[in-house]
Amino acid sequence: MHPAPSVIIFTSFSGLGFGLLLFLGLGFPPVTGWVAFVFYAIAYALAVGGLLASAFHLGNPQRALKAFTQWKTSWLSREAWLSVMALLVMAVYAFCAVFLDTRLTVIGWIGAALSLLTVYSTSMIYGQLKTVPRWNQPLTPVHLLTLSIAGGALLAGQMTVAAALLALAAAVQVAHWQVGDGALKASGTNLATATGLGTPGSIRAFEPPHTGTNYLLKEFVHVVGRKHSRKLRMIALTLGYGLPVVLLIIPGAGHVLGLLAVISHVAGLVTSRWLFFAEAEHVVGLYYGKRSA
Amino acid sequence: MTELPASTQKKLGLVIDLDTCVGCHACVISCKGWNTENYGAPLSDMDAYGADPSGTFLNRVHSYEITPAEGPAQLVHFPKSCLHCEDAPCVTVCPTGASYKRQEDGIVLVNESACIGCGLCAWACPYGARELDALEGVMKKCTLCVDRIYNENLPEEDRQPACVRTCPAGARHFGDLGDPDSDVSRLVAERGGMDLMPEQGTKPVNKYLPPRPKQDVSHDMDILAPFLEPVAEDPKGFLGWLDKALEKL
Repeated sequence: MHPAPSVIIFTSFSGLGFGLLLFLGLGFPPVTGWVAFVFYAIAYALAVGGLLASAFHLGNPQRALKAFTQWKTSWLSREAWLSVMALLVMAVYAFCAVFLDTRLTVIGWIGAALSLLTVYSTSMIYGQLKTVPRWNQPLTPVHLLTLSIAGGALLAGQMTVAAALLALAAAVQVAHWQVGDGALKASGTNLATATGLGTPGSIRAFEPPHTGTNYLLKEFVHVVGRKHSRKLRMIALTLGYGLPVVLLIIPGAGHVLGLLAVISHVAGLVTSRWLFFAEAEHVVGLYYGKRSA
Repeated sequence: MTELPASTQKKLGLVIDLDTCVGCHACVISCKGWNTENYGAPLSDMDAYGADPSGTFLNRVHSYEITPAEGPAQLVHFPKSCLHCEDAPCVTVCPTGASYKRQEDGIVLVNESACIGCGLCAWACPYGARELDALEGVMKKCTLCVDRIYNENLPEEDRQPACVRTCPAGARHFGDLGDPDSDVSRLVAERGGMDLMPEQGTKPVNKYLPPRPKQDVSHDMDILAPFLEPVAEDPKGFLGWLDKALEKL
């Protein structure tokens, strides 16, 4: 799949933002007043900024409101509803915490649950697609949820919890890569089933339908060099999970080390998300003879 | 609405004969010609006269080479457009309701005035049947020439999809695949019509007729050779004299 910057920014940063809202809603840390204002400003900048970035990959963003109509069948529509509900409920909670010095516990819990559901609905936009076997596995929502929760804990300054959650998220990340690497083969879709012709070894794409490129090739047939993918996975693991955990468990880690951990985590997160898209093999590539399986 | 109809009154679709298709791409051109000036936004071309041209097409013809374990190799031309699936994943993922399947005839269409161009339906389609138009920012796909097949302003013989009407080899057939007695259904039954990627669970309406195995003619290759023997083994007469004279030189 084409790793479009708008979609990478959207899923990475809105995931972080809603992860932070989850912890703030649950009262970790139990902030009020100006400290709360700073926390909520960061959370809303990430969540709303991410959602706005997603609008940049639309062909006709002026009709975006129509995306609220099909929540019965479409995960994308459900995400639209859940994200707006989460942001509105948490806005009430945040307003009371910042300006009235009160934390409405139940409202916070509802906001936290909605934030979590928003990230789940984002993950299901990808997880539902049978056409991309690497994404079409139960670990896809687990992967995006653990990353979001761990990143939220990190931003919320929950040092010990964040270290544990990052370790868990790293394990899920590795498992997602492992299962994903064999997913296209395991799906049973190959050039023989795609065309109904021959057997996997006996059929070969001879001539493409067009001499130039097209939307399908640009959008779905992004091929990453195997060597680079291994290197990038190591970078994602080190920066996204390893280094932040080390920085967090240093005794008496203050704001400076905390900030370093956040910067490292974001760099690793973006790398991981780039790979999430770039490595995903859409089955339409089979018709062009671009998939080895 | 992006909920799929429980059933459709008809299942209009195409039957494509891979045995007959000669790979001339006439269906591609007639499709582009009709659909760029009729239903919905035109099918745009980008950099059409430049170094890197590309454009929106609703029908494309691939070519595949098959090398069976025994027998001669075969080249198969493979036209591909929307299969108007019964369980169309492109419809249910649409957040705006722009993508829909018609209850009356099963045609899958895009209401372009509701399409936000998010591209998710194209992601959900395993066949590459949908292309986002680079100029209009809306999703384009085969309409089964919905503006021809019911169009009473056209002569009756033209009331079929442009690709079917134009195919010079007669490799494309249009009809109701929900009616077991229709010409297309009987063709599918007789020739063993097949689904593409059945494991994806999309239940495509369009069917493909497999190419017949190529006859092995390798042992007949010299069928005319006995009549074309170029050199006489034992020349006589003038040729015999010439042969001897040339030997002596």
